[in-house]
Amino acid sequence: MKLLYILTPLAPLFGAIACGFFGRKLGRTNSHRVAIAGVAVAFLFSLIALIVQMGDDAKVFNETIYTWMVSGGIKFEVGFLVDRLTVVMMTVVTSVSLMVHIYTIGYMHDDPGYQRFFSYISLFTFAMLMLVMANNFMQLFFGWEAVGLVSYLLIGFWYKKPTAIFANLKAFLVNRVGDFGFLLGIAAVLVYMGSLNYTEVFAAAPAVVGQSMEVIPGVAWSVMTVTCICLFIGAMGKSAQIPLHVWLPDSMEGPTPISALIHAATMVTAGIFMVARMSPLFELSETALSFVLIIGSLTALLMGLIGIVQNDIKRVVAYSTLSQLGYMTVALGASAYGAAIFHLMTHAFFKALLFLAAGSVIIALHHEQDIRKMGGLKKYMPVTYWTSLIGTLALIGFPGFSGFFSKDAIIEAVHHSQITGASFAYVCVLLGVFITAYYSFRMFFLVFHGETRMDDHTRDHCHEPPRVVTVPLILLAIPSVILGAMTIGPMLFGGFFGDAIQVAPEHDVLAELGAGYHGAFQFVLHGFKTPALYLALAGAVAAWFIHLQKPGIATWFAEKFSVVHRILDNKYGFDAFNEKVFAGGARQVADRLWKVGDVKLIDGLMVNGTANGIGLISNIVRTLQTGYLFHYAFAMIVGLLALLSVFIFSA
Amino acid sequence: MPILSIIIWLTILGGFAVLFAGEERCRGVSLFVAVLAFLASLRLYFGFDSGTADMQFVQQVPWLPAFDINYSLGIDGIALPLIMLTTFINIIVVISAWRVIEDNLPLYLAAFQIMTGLMVGVFAATDAILFYIFFEATLLPMFLIIGLWGGPRRVYATIKFFLYTFLGSVFMLVALIYLHHGSGSFAIADFHQMPLTSGAQTLIFFAFFIAFAVKIPMWPVHTWLPDAHVEAPTAGSAVLAAIMLKMGGYGFLRFSMPIVPDASMQLSWLMILLSLIAVVYIGFVALAQSDMKKLIAYSSISHMGFVTLGMFIMFGIMSDAEPESVGIAQMGLEGAMVQMISHGFISAAMFLCVGVIYDRMHTRQIADYGGVVNTMPVFAAFMVFFAMANAGLPGTSGFVGEFMVILASFKASFWFAFLAATTLILGAAYTLWMVKRVLFGEVANENVAALTDVDNRETIMLALLAAMVLFFGLWPQPMVDVMHATIENLVQHVTTSKL
Repeated sequence: MKLLYILTPLAPLFGAIACGFFGRKLGRTNSHRVAIAGVAVAFLFSLIALIVQMGDDAKVFNETIYTWMVSGGIKFEVGFLVDRLTVVMMTVVTSVSLMVHIYTIGYMHDDPGYQRFFSYISLFTFAMLMLVMANNFMQLFFGWEAVGLVSYLLIGFWYKKPTAIFANLKAFLVNRVGDFGFLLGIAAVLVYMGSLNYTEVFAAAPAVVGQSMEVIPGVAWSVMTVTCICLFIGAMGKSAQIPLHVWLPDSMEGPTPISALIHAATMVTAGIFMVARMSPLFELSETALSFVLIIGSLTALLMGLIGIVQNDIKRVVAYSTLSQLGYMTVALGASAYGAAIFHLMTHAFFKALLFLAAGSVIIALHHEQDIRKMGGLKKYMPVTYWTSLIGTLALIGFPGFSGFFSKDAIIEAVHHSQITGASFAYVCVLLGVFITAYYSFRMFFLVFHGETRMDDHTRDHCHEPPRVVTVPLILLAIPSVILGAMTIGPMLFGGFFGDAIQVAPEHDVLAELGAGYHGAFQFVLHGFKTPALYLALAGAVAAWFIHLQKPGIATWFAEKFSVVHRILDNKYGFDAFNEKVFAGGARQVADRLWKVGDVKLIDGLMVNGTANGIGLISNIVRTLQTGYLFHYAFAMIVGLLALLSVFIFSA
Repeated sequence: MPILSIIIWLTILGGFAVLFAGEERCRGVSLFVAVLAFLASLRLYFGFDSGTADMQFVQQVPWLPAFDINYSLGIDGIALPLIMLTTFINIIVVISAWRVIEDNLPLYLAAFQIMTGLMVGVFAATDAILFYIFFEATLLPMFLIIGLWGGPRRVYATIKFFLYTFLGSVFMLVALIYLHHGSGSFAIADFHQMPLTSGAQTLIFFAFFIAFAVKIPMWPVHTWLPDAHVEAPTAGSAVLAAIMLKMGGYGFLRFSMPIVPDASMQLSWLMILLSLIAVVYIGFVALAQSDMKKLIAYSSISHMGFVTLGMFIMFGIMSDAEPESVGIAQMGLEGAMVQMISHGFISAAMFLCVGVIYDRMHTRQIADYGGVVNTMPVFAAFMVFFAMANAGLPGTSGFVGEFMVILASFKASFWFAFLAATTLILGAAYTLWMVKRVLFGEVANENVAALTDVDNRETIMLALLAAMVLFFGLWPQPMVDVMHATIENLVQHVTTSKL
């Protein structure tokens, strides 16, 4: 098994190296064959790992591959921890990645950077697998930063586009802000728990409860809370939680396949995965959990609201991703880690589907992304239409679709949670359901229904893209429908994750839900008794009424409540604030420190000042050197006398 | 076989041979000398016993017996990696100068060979006066390199460089003579064992501090470095950043800390403060640069902040008497060492990258570039890789040292780690912002449009460095392993009071 686990991430790495270094020699077709073969192998091995781990007497695999470094008696290792949490992530990552690889053949067909693109997405698959398979914090951080690197490279894939190279720098830096917190969290783990290995850290963690540290002198903070919040700041960066969410919408400047793979299905869920993995730590700090809960619910609600006013097809889906990541974070905060991972899984499929469908529309319309210039596409692209509908229904949580189960589980979990902030979170996630349904169907109707609003030329050439594009859509649509019903029982209530996720008994909301769980069908029926379902339907109906029946309402609303509209359109001013205060501020501080500190004070005053001073003194001293021998002789005699008197008087 | 002497004199005498080899043959001769010296240093690595903290490959010949001065050499776990780095960078330097320097190439190559020998001497000398002579002598070839092949303001830069570093080392010489006065020996090992009063320790600490703080350099005595880098020819910058700065860090480890441990402890707050200023303040200053070489020079200073932080943080860590503190203190020191070696590869690579495009465009201004990736895709790939390493991306050697030092400083104080970790943001900001402005975007002007991609020589040069950066990023163990015994011994020695 060890070999299999090693080969799983190495196979896509091989593909990446082959395409990256030998892409030109291999040619396009061979390049994508190699890359796809690599990911296919990883997918196959992940499936085997899944099956093995699903076995009743399956043992968790936790082994070191090699010792990276030993320093000061602390071992830094590269090793794999494969348990049920890991295999779920591995399967999600490799299956979505495989679909995206295939889809890319069609989407990037005419791009000059074809091989480079395959190299990057294969490299991403490698990095993401290293992240989820890590058995220690060091490797986790490696994977964490490596996926950030690939994200940087892919957002800036079209490096001539000014917006793209702005977005990728922004994405990297905002992520680095998160990583800054994450690294401090890792340092806290090492210093207080004495190891970076998960198993050892989790074993040592309970002993740390009650210990405090003084971050601000005189104020004692719980070590556990500080550690968990620092780690979570990392998750906020990667999983784009308020206020570190600002990079994700801009990341849509990259090619669509990566928006699906990296910025919807996998990389952005790394933060969710990390917190779930760290459940033994987070369970020990209720303050940290409340923090997670509040941040998550704010993200879920506020980002969904922005989605309403977006007109770029990819940005609508991007804000929807932000909002859904908020839901997952809420689940983490409510200690329903299983529900978070469950939603992560279903979301990966239906959101990848929605992105790839959006990509399909974009190709058909020759890279038009404005939904105001679409409409009526249903008759031109039936496969895209039906798969989009499935994705949308899954997203809004239509009963029976996979999103319904995962989202309902989260809402119910928050409803039952006793943790501080849970009631606030409950309101946020419920409102979020309405908003999700509204913006999702707004987009759906504007794109596929109503009159066609594109120009004649585009309309005449509008057709369903080739099979490499539509087949992945269909393959992703299947899990979007059935995966939830199939897996809710075992995954949420069947103790599926075993020891991989640990929940303190007093936080265990999923167990409470599980007590009333009697099969998926019953769960659907129960859904009819909760407000969430009706809110979702109301949202969909509202979208239908406003955007198809009475299109005037939207504009009327925008004018009547222009303040609200403006706030949403400006995305609450986060971008402007960051641009002005952080980016601008940093540039100004930098300039001042350099021009005043280095140039004026140190160089001007101290260095050149000293030089000038010496120049002055030497001018004076120079007058002593007259060149007359008797002057020098006289000086020597005086000196001799002085020395003599010193010796005589001191003796 | 006295391998250390062989390396030192092979390169110094080899340098003279290069000088007389003539325009045609000087390249081949210097490459031969450089490769031979590197192979000899490999012999050091494979013959090195990492289980002991004692000096190895020892050689001692009386030199000036009347003054107790010996020609004595030897290496331990902190000298070995630095010597390996020196001989490796020397090869890169020869490759980089192969076709670029037009006037007086033999002298240019000879200066680098001689400098390599002198720098190996600095790291290998176990006699204080021998160390001092090598330490000072390295200034001469560098003075020539900047003064003869430098840019338009080379006179200002060389004088500033020379005065700054020379002034610094004069104080060191006074301290060395004082120490000899007390111990009757110039052996550094004897200085280590010599009891010293608190007052004497403080004075000696500052004497060494001035010498090494200027060299490494620390804030606020750093301003000679950006000027020297800007004016130096490419290979000069590479050696300056890759190796000469490390002589300062090495000095702290070899002299300051073990000779005056109590003063080092009392003044560790100052060292930590200056190190953190280097990381944060200089990080910001780097952001404001419009000249690529200046930016990388400031980035070097900021990275050197981690070296001094990693060293002196041990006093903050050891202030509580927990048993695991010793381990974490060692990690900080080893982190400082790793940072020195890794920075040797990365800063050399960054300067050589700038050199590659400077040779084509004859400008270092970021504003003159833009969209270089369109015409030089292979070069761009290298530069992005090295930029990421400079920003401390895991998987590159740039991550290892910073990671270790940040982890260790958390033990001393949350805020030390907090300020040190700002490099994650600042380092990425100044490096990648430069990358964005130089490499990405549409082709900025016709000069950029006319660029040709790296040739084989440049590819080999950058690939060698990239291989090192990647290798030690994925597996730093071979580098760290040789240091353990020495560092462990050092921590023990430094925590034992001399009072």
